[in-house]
Amino acid sequence: MSESTVRKPPAAVQPLLELRDLDTDIALRRGTVHALDGVSLEVMPGETLGVVGESGSGKTMTALSIMGLLPPGGRVSGGQILFEGRDLRSLPADEVRRIRGVRMGMVFQDPLTSLNPTMRIGVQVAEPLRVHEGVGKADARERTIEILRRVGMPRPDRIVDNYPHELSGGMRQRVAIAMALVCSPRLLIADEPTTALDVTTQRQILELIDDLREEFGMAVILVTHDLGVIAGRADRVAVMYAGRVVETAATATLFRTPRHRYTEALMEALPESAIRETGAHARLYSIPGLPPDLSRPLAGCRFAPRCRHVTDECRISDITLSAGEHQHACLHPVPTTPAAPVTLPAPVRVEPAPQPAGPTAGPDEPAATSVLSVRALVKNYAAHGRGLLRRTAGQVSAVAGVSFEVGPGETFGLVGESGCGKSTVGRLAVGLERPTAGQIMLDGTDLAGLAGRERRRMHRQVQLMFQDSYAAMNPRMRVDAILAEPLEIQKVGDGAARRARIATLLDQVGLSRRVLERYPHEFSGGQLQRIGLARSLALQPRLIVGDEPVSALDVSIQAQVLNLMRDLQRELGLAYVFISHDLSVVDYMADRIGVMYLGKLVEVGPARDVVRAARHPYTQALIDAVPSITPNAAAARDGITIRGELPSALNPPTGCRFRTRCPLAQEICATEPPLAGDGHQVACHFPLRPESSAAPARAGAVA
Amino acid sequence: MSTLSEAVRPGAAPAPPADAADEPVRGLWRQGLVVFCENRLALVGLGLFVLLAGICFLGPLFYHTDQVHTDLTAVHLAPGEQGHPLGTDGVGYDQLGRLMLGGQTSIIVGLAAGILATAVGTLWGAVAGFAGGWVDPAMMRVVDAMMSIPSLFLFMLLAAIVTPSVPMLILIIGAFAWLGPARLVRGEALTLRSREYVQAMRGMGGTGGRAVRRHIVPNAIGTVIVNATFQVADAILYVAYLSFLGLGVPPPAANWGGMLSDGLADTYSGHWWLLYPPGIAIILIVLAFNFIGDGLRDAFEVRLRRR
Repeated sequence: MSESTVRKPPAAVQPLLELRDLDTDIALRRGTVHALDGVSLEVMPGETLGVVGESGSGKTMTALSIMGLLPPGGRVSGGQILFEGRDLRSLPADEVRRIRGVRMGMVFQDPLTSLNPTMRIGVQVAEPLRVHEGVGKADARERTIEILRRVGMPRPDRIVDNYPHELSGGMRQRVAIAMALVCSPRLLIADEPTTALDVTTQRQILELIDDLREEFGMAVILVTHDLGVIAGRADRVAVMYAGRVVETAATATLFRTPRHRYTEALMEALPESAIRETGAHARLYSIPGLPPDLSRPLAGCRFAPRCRHVTDECRISDITLSAGEHQHACLHPVPTTPAAPVTLPAPVRVEPAPQPAGPTAGPDEPAATSVLSVRALVKNYAAHGRGLLRRTAGQVSAVAGVSFEVGPGETFGLVGESGCGKSTVGRLAVGLERPTAGQIMLDGTDLAGLAGRERRRMHRQVQLMFQDSYAAMNPRMRVDAILAEPLEIQKVGDGAARRARIATLLDQVGLSRRVLERYPHEFSGGQLQRIGLARSLALQPRLIVGDEPVSALDVSIQAQVLNLMRDLQRELGLAYVFISHDLSVVDYMADRIGVMYLGKLVEVGPARDVVRAARHPYTQALIDAVPSITPNAAAARDGITIRGELPSALNPPTGCRFRTRCPLAQEICATEPPLAGDGHQVACHFPLRPESSAAPARAGAVA
Repeated sequence: MSTLSEAVRPGAAPAPPADAADEPVRGLWRQGLVVFCENRLALVGLGLFVLLAGICFLGPLFYHTDQVHTDLTAVHLAPGEQGHPLGTDGVGYDQLGRLMLGGQTSIIVGLAAGILATAVGTLWGAVAGFAGGWVDPAMMRVVDAMMSIPSLFLFMLLAAIVTPSVPMLILIIGAFAWLGPARLVRGEALTLRSREYVQAMRGMGGTGGRAVRRHIVPNAIGTVIVNATFQVADAILYVAYLSFLGLGVPPPAANWGGMLSDGLADTYSGHWWLLYPPGIAIILIVLAFNFIGDGLRDAFEVRLRRR
């Protein structure tokens, strides 16, 4: 096997994998979807090719076509898949099966469903060896332990006998990678390998794939929707849209000077780019409309209906990829200006968001003005044993003493990894659950003291926005009934007044009246999120708690929803609690940010300070782990990486809960650090930096 | 999920004119009917049921036979002999007329017992699922306990104690068939109760009663109706079992299971017309209900809907 890790192989080197005009169709009950239309790609030996696109762009179908794993009804209907010069489509089936089994490996998105829950890890990882290489049992076990060691599993000799459910998500993904690598493939296809994982785990897995690529001298196809993941890891990038490759280039070139208008728009839609360039929060560029329906015949550039620079020519003529190193399929590409980064037509986006009223409030103002005030909030769940008697087996400490305040018109961002209790805080704030201890004040009224009629009226003040609006809407109710429901519950107005209110709501979120007669399953994710937002607004609340409101959306749709949320905040003076695992989105949206770790707030402060001058080691690690589209951003980071996994909330560590993973931990960390500071508070014995004097001295949270 | 090109407003730009406006908007029930009608087998099942029920209930109006008095001068007549299209049985009853009479019993008992079992089971399961706490395990252990007793044994015991009659058969079958729906509905209620749209409604200040009325019942009703068709099919089979064991309605009343049981004695005497017609009738009616159930399942599956 070649040990080459060449970044840019000379033209003479034969590509390891070459797709030529690949067409893939998927037959459905109601017609055929042309998932891929003339896709051509090359992967050189030892190279990482990033394939990026939104959902429905065909990036996963490309991977599945290569592996021959298309869903039922799917078939490659044209073109060639050349692997090491031989066309997989014309080779005999047995040979293809061997090539795909031994020379290629694939890692899927969800490590839980891609592992068989009834098979031990060892047996599972060794399966390709036993099938393709006829290796004996004892031998296979040896090699399995070896490969598990190489993917960084602790105690591989013990883990081989475990079952998948005994491992965490990150560990499972390592097992899936080990499985793909056990036959030493030449090509690893990773389809959204880290999308289901937390950022700190994501970083570990991406680094692992990088290391293994060098070690095994293999090529990697990294399929993802996340531009940041690609920017840090890939040698070359192919951008896909609606079943076609629209642009390919070396990573640095692509991110510095994107040529295709779609690529450009995609980058502008990232919250990160809106913050980075202007400092102030510019309005996000949102790509209007939706991707085309691939079951219909399409002419011309497929991005034309959503493009800002479209001309009549774009709609008619078929556009092919240009030649050369940097290929793009665009009639009106972004002009190459060597020095400047992404060049943008200025008028479209220079619209600085107005400063919300909240943060300007002086330090002297009493806390009574805050819309939401949370003090020493505690929520424990009893972990029950099974059976009729249900002995209590212990307590899960979901939220452990959280305090913060949200002013009128302010956005408070809550960040943290899954299991840190941020969603529980949201549910407590809207009154869906009752706290074990602590106080929640809405507009100065304690929630605990309310009952019956008053409690019902309280719900007018605060509404919850869900991550998955489809799940949050009764599938059997039409949109008019869905939007009328809050008004009916709160007995607001009569029928006519409600209809008028609903019409206003639709105008506010930018939907036409016709949606009223339709059912939730007929809408796309972005439209559902608008309807969800309209429902939240129906009662004219002062506070909306958004629990990952844009996490399930594509970048371009996400930008639409984020812009809408900001517009409405400005118009209606709303306050938001914005809960997300995505630091860049929270950074864009929030005035102040609270970082949660295992049920505790470890850092609270103005958004800019928290993100750019983090004081808690965990916050810094979180920031470092977020993939950025800025080329070479990884190198510039000060390198706090955390290893390992989140401890169980059933028996959380004493003292500082982060100390088990903290690089700075010392003995004193066994005692609990208080949340200290004026405007930018941190709960750490060894804060990374002193509180900057520039921070506005606003007592945000009560320690 | 389909993605209709409904107007999506980019930022604050004016809403662009949307296409696909001409299609009429249909209600959920209409759409469900369309999906049901697309399922050929479901239509076949429906047709089969209408046909069989029509023959059994309307047939005797046109085809008069004496199903009360035995006629020992005309026993075991082959089909076609002496004006008996399907021959006669061992005591001289006309076989075709008897099939109609037996079908009435089978269909009435099947439908009634199936509906009874579904109603009782749904109520039981729903209460257990909604109430939760200690009520749920207590109620479900009752179901488990009853399920652990072989139903055949209980049927025999009960049938020995009470005199079999049509209402009795309905009660006996219903008394045991409700266990399945009870489990099903309880599971459904448990998942529906924790759905996000129920939580969203609670977040608006709604009460548990509204959750049940507006969200849980409408979403569970599909499962319940689909299950009911399978319950009917099962109940028809139960009648057949019981009659086969000699625990059915006493003569001169008849039902398909009993006729099958009687015909079995004649297997080796070449009287095939006593064996096959009731057997085929049972198979057809059970198949019909199963097909209808499958079709209804599709019809209630919202995601298969489209405009």
